[in-house]
Amino acid sequence: MAKVGSPEELARIDYSPPKKSWMDIPPEFREGRWCYGSKAKDHAVVGLPNPRAWSPADEDWKLPDNWKEIFLEGMRERLHKYRSFQLFMDICVRCGACADKCHFFIGSGDPKNMPVLRAELLRSIYRGEFTTAGKIMGKLAGGRKLTYDVFKELFYYFFQCTECRRCSLFCPYGIDTAEVTMIGRELLNLLGCNIDWITGPVANCYRTGNHLGIQPHAYHSMLEFFCEEIEEITGILPEPSFNRKGAEILFITPSGDVFADPGTFTAMGYIMLFHYLEGLGLDLTWSTYASEGGNFGFFTSHEMAKRLNAKMYAEAERLGVKFIIGGECGHMWRVCNQYMDTFWEPPKSLETPVSPITGTRFEHAKEHKMIHICEFTADLIKHGKLNLDPSRNDPYRVTFHDSCNTARGMGFFEEPRYVLENIVNHFHEMPESTIREQTFCCGSGSGLNTDEFMDMRMRGALPRANAVQYVHDRHDVNLLSCICAIDRATLTTLTEYWVPDVEVSGVHELLGNALILEGEKKRTMNLRGEEFPWVEEEEEEEVEEAAEEVADEEAAGKAEGEE
Amino acid sequence: MGVWVSFFAVIVLIVIPWVGAQGAGQYLFGIVIPYVAVLVFILGFVYRATKWAKTPVPFKIPTTGGQMKSLPWIKSNPLDNPSNNAGVIARMALEVLAFRSLFRNSKLELREGPKLDYASNKWLWIAALAFHYTFLVVFIRHFRLFMEPVPGFVGLLESVDGFMEVGLPRLMMSSLILLLAALYLFLRRVAVPQLRYISLAADYFPLFLIIGLVSSGILMRYFIRVDITSVKELIMGLVSFRPTVPEGIGVIFFIHLFLLSVLIAYFPFSKLMHAGGVFFSPTRNLPNDNRVKRHINPWNYPVKVHTYSEYEDDFREKMKEVGLPVEKE
Repeated sequence: MAKVGSPEELARIDYSPPKKSWMDIPPEFREGRWCYGSKAKDHAVVGLPNPRAWSPADEDWKLPDNWKEIFLEGMRERLHKYRSFQLFMDICVRCGACADKCHFFIGSGDPKNMPVLRAELLRSIYRGEFTTAGKIMGKLAGGRKLTYDVFKELFYYFFQCTECRRCSLFCPYGIDTAEVTMIGRELLNLLGCNIDWITGPVANCYRTGNHLGIQPHAYHSMLEFFCEEIEEITGILPEPSFNRKGAEILFITPSGDVFADPGTFTAMGYIMLFHYLEGLGLDLTWSTYASEGGNFGFFTSHEMAKRLNAKMYAEAERLGVKFIIGGECGHMWRVCNQYMDTFWEPPKSLETPVSPITGTRFEHAKEHKMIHICEFTADLIKHGKLNLDPSRNDPYRVTFHDSCNTARGMGFFEEPRYVLENIVNHFHEMPESTIREQTFCCGSGSGLNTDEFMDMRMRGALPRANAVQYVHDRHDVNLLSCICAIDRATLTTLTEYWVPDVEVSGVHELLGNALILEGEKKRTMNLRGEEFPWVEEEEEEEVEEAAEEVADEEAAGKAEGEE
Repeated sequence: MGVWVSFFAVIVLIVIPWVGAQGAGQYLFGIVIPYVAVLVFILGFVYRATKWAKTPVPFKIPTTGGQMKSLPWIKSNPLDNPSNNAGVIARMALEVLAFRSLFRNSKLELREGPKLDYASNKWLWIAALAFHYTFLVVFIRHFRLFMEPVPGFVGLLESVDGFMEVGLPRLMMSSLILLLAALYLFLRRVAVPQLRYISLAADYFPLFLIIGLVSSGILMRYFIRVDITSVKELIMGLVSFRPTVPEGIGVIFFIHLFLLSVLIAYFPFSKLMHAGGVFFSPTRNLPNDNRVKRHINPWNYPVKVHTYSEYEDDFREKMKEVGLPVEKE
C-alpha cells in the first residue's frame, strides 16, 4: 500500500495554481496517485489490445509505433459516434462553475483535477489536431499536439476521475466529465493502457461471471456459509436456490457482497428477506453465471460494458424468469438504468415486474424488466408485509450516503430512505450540499478502489468524510449506510482514516437486523455477530431476578419453618 | 498571454475601420463586410448545429438532479429528473431562460479542522443573467433602426429601459448593465487564480470584443453623436437589399458596425456557440425514462460474449459436485 500522510498533513491543501501554463507542465506520477498498469494475461482473456508487461512508472510504455495514429483515429471515430463527446469538446466556455465541485480537486488542489481542466486536456488535442484554428494558431487557440507526455498525462488524470458526474450537475450546459473520461479511457485502452484493478476484474467477470473470479461451486458455498451464520443468529436456516429454471425472479447483486465484510452482512440481509418472503409466495433464484451486478467493463469502454452486461438478460432468458431484481450497487444501476436496454433488447420472455407479495406493478420498469431491491422492499414495507423491529438497530445512529451513480444517473433517493425510516430509530442526514443529487463520491469509484492509489483516494474522500464528521460530531452518528458495494468497501477505508468511530453498512444489512423471521429464536446479536448491548444487562437482570427469587423462596421457607 | 493578445487584437479591430472607413472604404465597412459577416454567421451556425444534430446519441444519459418517477406514492421531481418530453421542455426552458444549473453554484471553503464549507455563490449566475438579458434588450432596441414603422414594443421597451430619466438622450440602463456585466465577467477571469489559469485567448477575445462594441455604442449615443437618420437609412438599405451609404456618418458608427460584424462572423467558430449547443446537450435534453421506453443506439453492433454454455463447459464438474443444476450432464 502506498504511504499516506496523516489526515492533518493531507488536509493542508494548496489551491493556488502554478505560475507556468498547464500546457507546459509535464505529468509527474506522484506516489499514491496512480494505479498499476493492466496485465498481459488479463488483456488476453478479453482480447484487449497490446498485451505486454508494462508499468506507468516506466519511461517506455511499449506503445505500438503508430500509436498516435490509432489514438487520433479513435478520437475521430468517437467524435462521429457520440454527440455528447463532440458537443462537450465544442461548447465549454470555461466559466469555472465546475472547478470546486470535484472531490479530487477539493482534496488535492491539483488544477488538472478541476473538471474543466481535466476535459481541456483532451479538448486541447481536439483543437490542436482537428480544428483549423487550433492547427494554425496552436497554443493561442488553446490547441496542442498529441505527444508521448500528453498521452501519459491523459492516463494519469483520466484515472484520477471517478466518473461521478457531480460537475455535470453544476455545468450550465450539462457538460459531463464522466463522458469525457469514459471516452478518454476508451482511447487509452486502444493502446492497451488500462489499470490492473480494472482489467483484472473485467477478465474475471468475463470468465467466471463475477469480478472477484469466484467459481460457481465457491459462490455456492459462500452463500451456504452465510446461511449457517444466519442460523446461528436466528435459529433459522435459509435455503436459497441457484441457477434454478422456472423461478419467477432472478436476483443479481455485486459479487463484492458475497466476498468481503461489510458487504457480506448485506448479502445476509438479502437472504433473510428472501427466506421471509418464501412463505408469502416469493419464487426467486440466484445465479452463479450472472453472479455480478457491477460492471468494470463500464470503466474500460462502452463495448466492454456491453460484453459483460450480456449475462443479465441472457441468464434471465435461459432460466425463464419473469423479471430481475438487482441488488444494492451504484455503477451497476447506472449501467442497468441508462445502458442495459440500449445495449440489448430485453428478452421477450420477460414481463413487467409485479411484486408477487403485494401485487404492485412496477410500471416504471415495464420495458426494462428489472427493479432495484430497495424499491421492492420499500413497496413491501408500504404494504405492511414485513414484520420489523427497528429497535434492534438502536445501537446504530445512522446516516445515508447517496452513491453517485444512483443519484445522478438515476435519481434514486427516496426508496432507500423510506426503507431506512422503517428499520432504524435514529437517522440523521448529512448537510444538503453533500447528499442526494449533490452527493460526494467515496473517492474511489470507477475502478480506482485500489491500495496503490491510497493517497488520492483519501484526498478524494475528504468532502464525504467531512460531512460524515459533521453528523458524527452533532448527532453521534456511528453508522454510514449506503446502497453500493464499492462504497461498502471504500467508505470503510474512508472512515478508518478520517472518522474512525463510524462504521459502514448496506441498507439490507439493517433490514436483516430488523426483520422478524417466523419462528426465530430471541436475537442476541446483530448480523455482524456483535452482541446487542442490552443483552448483558438483561442477562444480569435475569440473574438478579433469579437470585431474588431464590432469596424469596429461602425467606418463605424460613418463615414456614418458623411457623 | 491570452489576455494581452486578445486585447491588442480588439484594438487592431478598432483601428482598422477608423483608418479604413473613409470615402469608398465606407462601402466596404458599411455594406460588404456586414453582408459577409451575416452570411458567415448563418452558414457557420447552420453548419455547426447540423453537425451536432447529425451526430448520433447512442445512449440516453440525462444527469438526474432529483427523485425519479417510480412508485406512485413516491414524490418525483419532474423538473430536475423529467420522465417525459413535457418535463424535458420545462427543464430546458429553465436551463436556457434562467440558467438553473448555474443557480446551484456554490463556493468551497476549506477551514482549519479540516472543515469544508459550501457557501451559496450566486454572483456568476447574476452576472450571466444580467449579461445575456441586457444584451437581448439592447438587441431589441436596435429594431428601431431595422424596421419602419418602428414596432410599438420597441418604444415600450425603451421607456422602461430609460425609466431613470438621466441624461440627454436618456440613459438606457441596459447598455450600462451590459457593460458592467461584461467587465465583471472579465475581472473575475483575471482576479480568481483558478479561472485565470484555465482561461484562453478565446475566453478574453469575445469579452473584449463585446466591451468594445458596447462602449462604441454608448460613445455614439451620448458623446460622439452621429446623424441617426443617415444611420437608419444605411441600415434600412442593408435589410431591404438596396444598400446605400449616405454622406456624413461619423467613423464611430463604422467602428461599432465593424466590431459587430467581427462578433457575428466569429460566433459560429467559437465558444459562443454554447448558445446553440446547450439545446443539444444529452445530459439535459433527454427524459430519464430508459426503464419505460427503450432507447435505440443507431450504431449498436454485436459483441463477443461469454455464453452460459461456454461457462458451463468451463465449470461443469465443479458445479455438479455441489449440486448446481447443469444443462448438459
